[in-house]
Amino acid sequence: MLIAAKSRKPQDDDLSRFRFRITFAAGMVALVFSLLTGRFVFLQVVQHEYYTTRAENNRISLVPIPPNRGIIEDRNGVVLAHNYSAFTLEITPSKVADLERTIESLEGLVEIQPKDKRRFRKLLEESRSFESLPIRTRLTDEEVARFAANRYRFPGVEVKARLFRQYPLGPVGAHAIGYINRINRADLDIIEENGQSSNYKGTEHFGKTGLEKSYEFQLHGQTGYEKVEMDAGGRPVRSLSRNAPISGNRLTLTLDIKLQEMAEKAFGDWRGALVAIEPSTGGILALVSTPSFDPNLFIDGIRSEDWDQLNHSPDRPMVNRALNGAYPIGSTFKPFMALAALETGKRTPNQSFFDPGFFTFGGHTFRDAKRGGHGKVNMHQSIVHSCDTYYYMLANDMGIDAIARFMGPIGFGSRTGIDIDGESEGVLPSPEWKRRYFKRAAQQRWFGGETISIGVGQGYNAYTPIQLAQAVATLANDGVLFRPHLVQYVTDSRTGKKTMIEPEPLRRLPWKRENVAFVKQAMVGVNKEGTGARAFAGARYVSGGKTGTAQVFSLRGADYKERRLRKELRDHALFIAFAPADKPRIALAVLVENGGFGAQTAAPIARMVLDYYLLNEPADGPAREDEAARESDEDEGEP
Amino acid sequence: MIPPVVYRFHARLVRNVDGTLLITTLVIMGFGLATIYSASDRTANQLMNLCAGLVAMWLFAQLPPQKMMRFAVPLYVVGVALLVLIWPLGLGIKVNGARRWLSLGVTRIQPAEMLKIAMPLMLAWYFHKHEAMLRIRHYATAGLLLLVPCALIAKQPDLGTAILVGGAGFYVIFFAGLPWKIIIGMTAAGVLATPFVWSLLHDYQRRRILTLIDPNSDPLGSGYHIIQSTIAIGSGGPFGKGWLQGTQTHLEFIPERHTDFIFAVFSEERGLLGNSILLILYLILIARGLYISANASTLFARVLAGSITLSFFTYAFVNMGMVSGILPVVGVPLPFMSYGGTALVTLFIGVGILMSIRSHRMLVKK
Repeated sequence: MLIAAKSRKPQDDDLSRFRFRITFAAGMVALVFSLLTGRFVFLQVVQHEYYTTRAENNRISLVPIPPNRGIIEDRNGVVLAHNYSAFTLEITPSKVADLERTIESLEGLVEIQPKDKRRFRKLLEESRSFESLPIRTRLTDEEVARFAANRYRFPGVEVKARLFRQYPLGPVGAHAIGYINRINRADLDIIEENGQSSNYKGTEHFGKTGLEKSYEFQLHGQTGYEKVEMDAGGRPVRSLSRNAPISGNRLTLTLDIKLQEMAEKAFGDWRGALVAIEPSTGGILALVSTPSFDPNLFIDGIRSEDWDQLNHSPDRPMVNRALNGAYPIGSTFKPFMALAALETGKRTPNQSFFDPGFFTFGGHTFRDAKRGGHGKVNMHQSIVHSCDTYYYMLANDMGIDAIARFMGPIGFGSRTGIDIDGESEGVLPSPEWKRRYFKRAAQQRWFGGETISIGVGQGYNAYTPIQLAQAVATLANDGVLFRPHLVQYVTDSRTGKKTMIEPEPLRRLPWKRENVAFVKQAMVGVNKEGTGARAFAGARYVSGGKTGTAQVFSLRGADYKERRLRKELRDHALFIAFAPADKPRIALAVLVENGGFGAQTAAPIARMVLDYYLLNEPADGPAREDEAARESDEDEGEP
Repeated sequence: MIPPVVYRFHARLVRNVDGTLLITTLVIMGFGLATIYSASDRTANQLMNLCAGLVAMWLFAQLPPQKMMRFAVPLYVVGVALLVLIWPLGLGIKVNGARRWLSLGVTRIQPAEMLKIAMPLMLAWYFHKHEAMLRIRHYATAGLLLLVPCALIAKQPDLGTAILVGGAGFYVIFFAGLPWKIIIGMTAAGVLATPFVWSLLHDYQRRRILTLIDPNSDPLGSGYHIIQSTIAIGSGGPFGKGWLQGTQTHLEFIPERHTDFIFAVFSEERGLLGNSILLILYLILIARGLYISANASTLFARVLAGSITLSFFTYAFVNMGMVSGILPVVGVPLPFMSYGGTALVTLFIGVGILMSIRSHRMLVKK
C-alpha cells in the first residue's frame, strides 16, 4: 500500500479525504440514531400497551387476607374453638444470611427459650425457606416495642399480628373437635384436589383431625384480597383497594360439652370410651376417649417433647378409642341376639331352656360365667341375668349367616359414617369375612364351634364403641337408624342460613314393635333387678341397660381371678343404656379398658351420665368403682 | 455602564468558549439533573460535579492544541503504568469483584478514566508526528499502543471503559486515514474471530450477551435489568408518565436508576417525545464536534476532535442501546445525564478540548 504517496499530494486533497471520513462518520451516527429511534418507537408506540400492563403487574400485587376461621360451639352455644389475635416474631429463612446469629441477637430483645428454638428448627425442616416461620408467639407489648425499635438490624425478621386458634376447654372433647396445625404437603394436595388453591393463599393452618379436619372447607371461609402497590423489594407502599375476606362458617354441634366434660371426668384414670347419642336424631351428645390431649399444643407446631410424650405414652392419648378401637363387646351383644332370635322366629319369649352351667359342642365345652348355671331360663331372664348358655344354644341354632345378616344392617362391622375421620370398620364375623380376611386356605374355613362364642359377643366379634352406641340408639329408636353425627347445623357466616346435618334417618329396620318392646323391657329389667341393678339403685327415671365384660386374655378354662391378673390383662368392662325407657332421649355405650366387670366400672359411669343428662344432677369427678359388684350379684361375671 | 474590570473579566471568561457546545451540554445537563432528582437524592452532588466539570472545560478550552501535544506522551505513559499497577500487579482496591480504583492515600483514582483522554491525545500526537510519511507500520504501532491499555482495562475487568477507550483510539486511527481495505479486512476477521473472543469472555459477560438474546431466560438474575428497563421505556409511551410519576422508577424496579440506567427513568417519565429531543441534542453536539474537527487546521487537532466527538456518540449509543435492550449490559454512563463526578469531568475535558481546537484553529494556521 502506497500511503506515502498520499502525503505528497496537496494538503487540500488530504483535507477532503479527511472530510469524507467525517461525513462517513456522520452518516454512521445518523444510521445508528435512527436505529435507536426505531427501537424507541417499537417499545413506546407499538408495544406501549403491553409494557403498560407489565408495569402495572409489576406495581400491583394482590395480597391475600386470610379469613377468620369459623367458630365451633356446642349445642348450647358454649364456644369450643375460637380465634384470638396476638403478635408473633417471625423469620423468613431465605431472607436471613446467618440464621444462628440472627436468633442469637434476637435473644437480646425477646425472650426465646430452648423449646422455642427446637420448635422453630422442626418447622424449618418441614417448610420451604421463603415461608415466614414463628420463632416466638404471643409477644408482650413491651417485646413488640423493643423489637420495633431495633427492626432495622434484622432484615427478614418481622413482627406479625396473627389470629390464633384456641380451644378454651383444652382437652375436653379434643378427639371430637380435633385441632389445626401448619399446612403440610399432604394438606396442599387435598386443597388442590378440592380446587381451593387460590382460596388458601395466605392461609397457614389446616384442620388435622376431628371436626377441624372434616369441616375444614366450611370453617376456612373465603380469602379476601388487598390490591397493594409494591416496590421492587416487595414492600407494600400503599393500598389501592380491598376485598374483605368472608369468615368461615360456624359449626353448632350436637355435643353437650357439659355432659362431655362430666363424662370425661367420670372415667377418672381409666382408659376407655363413651358415646352418647340422641336416638331421635343420631346427634352425638358426648364422644369420650380417655385419656385426652390438649389440642392447643398443636396450633403452632407442637414442641417435640410434647409430641414425644403424647406419642410414646402407653395410654396412647392420641388414639380416638370411640372410633378407632375395635373391641369384642361381650354380653352387650345379647339384646341384639335376642332381637335377632325373635325376628327370625328362632325363639319365642316364653321358650325356656335349662342351663347346667356349660354348653358342649363338638367335644368342646363352653362355660357359663355362673358356676352351676342359671337353671331354667327364658329370654327375659337370659338378658336380665346375662345367661351365657342360652346364647351359646341360640347362636348354634341360628347359624353364623343368619346372625351376620341380622347384625349387619344395625351397623355392626361397618363404618357408621360419623362426620369425623379415623373410624375403623370392626369385624362382623361371617364365613365370607373369614375368606376375605385370612390368606391361608386352612384358616379361611368357618368352623361350627366358632359360631358358639359369637352369641355372647366374643370370638371374632370386634366393634367400635360408636357402632355399639349406634346400635343401642337404633334399638331405643325402634329400628329407625340415623348416621351418628357431631354437627347439628352449619351457619353461613354471610347469610346466616343454617344448614342442618343429617336430619333424615338413614334407614328404618323392619322390626316388629312387640319384639323391640320385649327386648327393651328386658333391658329395663337389667337395671331394675339384674346385673345393672346395683349401679342404678334409686334412679329417678326408668332406664334400660346391659352389662358386658370382654375377655382380653384367654384363660383356657381356668378360673378368672381378677386380682391375680395384671391390670392390663384384666377384662374390658362395657355397659350400654338408654333412658327414659318409654321415650328414650339418650342412648349410650361405655367401654372401660381393663375395667373388669361391666357392672363394676362401666355401669357407674353410665349412671352418672344419665343422671346428669336427664335430671341435670351435677357430678364432678370420677365415677365410684363398685368393688363389690361381683360378690353381691352372682349373675354378674360373663366371659 | 459596566465597569471596565468586569467587562475585561467577562471577555476573558467567554474567550475560547464555544456557545453551541456549552448550551447544548447545559441543556442535556438540565435534563440529567431533573432526572437524577426524580430517581435519587443526588441532585446537589451532581450540581457540584457540574461546576467541577465546567471549570475543567474552561481550563482545557484555554489550552492551545500544541501545548496539549506536550502532555500526550507523559499522560499516556503514566496512565498505562498505573493500569499495570492494578493488573497484573494487583494493587487496586477491589469493589464489586473488579479492581478499577487505585488508592493514592488521600484520595483514589480510576486510571482507566485517564486513558479516555490520554489515548486519543497519544495517538493523535503519534500520527501528527509521522504525518508526512504515514505507512502501514505506523497504523500497526498505533494499534499496539491502543490494544495494550485496552487489554489491561478489560482485565480489571471493566468492559465498558475498555470499549470507550478502544473506540476513542480507533476513531483516531480511522480519521488518520486507516485504509478502507484494512477496515473491511478487520471487520471480516472480527466476525470470524467471534467464537475465539467468546471463549475469552468472563462468565458474567457471556451471560449478559445471552440474556440480551432472551432476557426472560433469567428474569431474576442478569435478565432483570433489561426486563425492567424495557418495561420502563415501553410503559412510558409517546409522551411519558410525567416527571416524578414513573412507577418503575419510584417503586425501585429500575436498578442503578441515577447512574447507568438513568435513561430508563428519563424515557419512562418523558416518553418518545423526550427521547427524540434528547437524541436531537446529542446530534447537535456531535454535529458541532464533527464541524470543528472538519475545520481544524492540523492533523492532530482534526483527529483529536473527531475522536472525542465520536466518543460522545459511542457513550450515548452504547448506553441507550443497552438500556433499551438491543446491546448487552456494559457499564457505560449516558453522557451529561448519568450521575458521577469522574465521568462528568472527563466529558467536560473533552468538550474543553473541542472548544480549544475551534478557537485556536486560526492561530495554528498562521
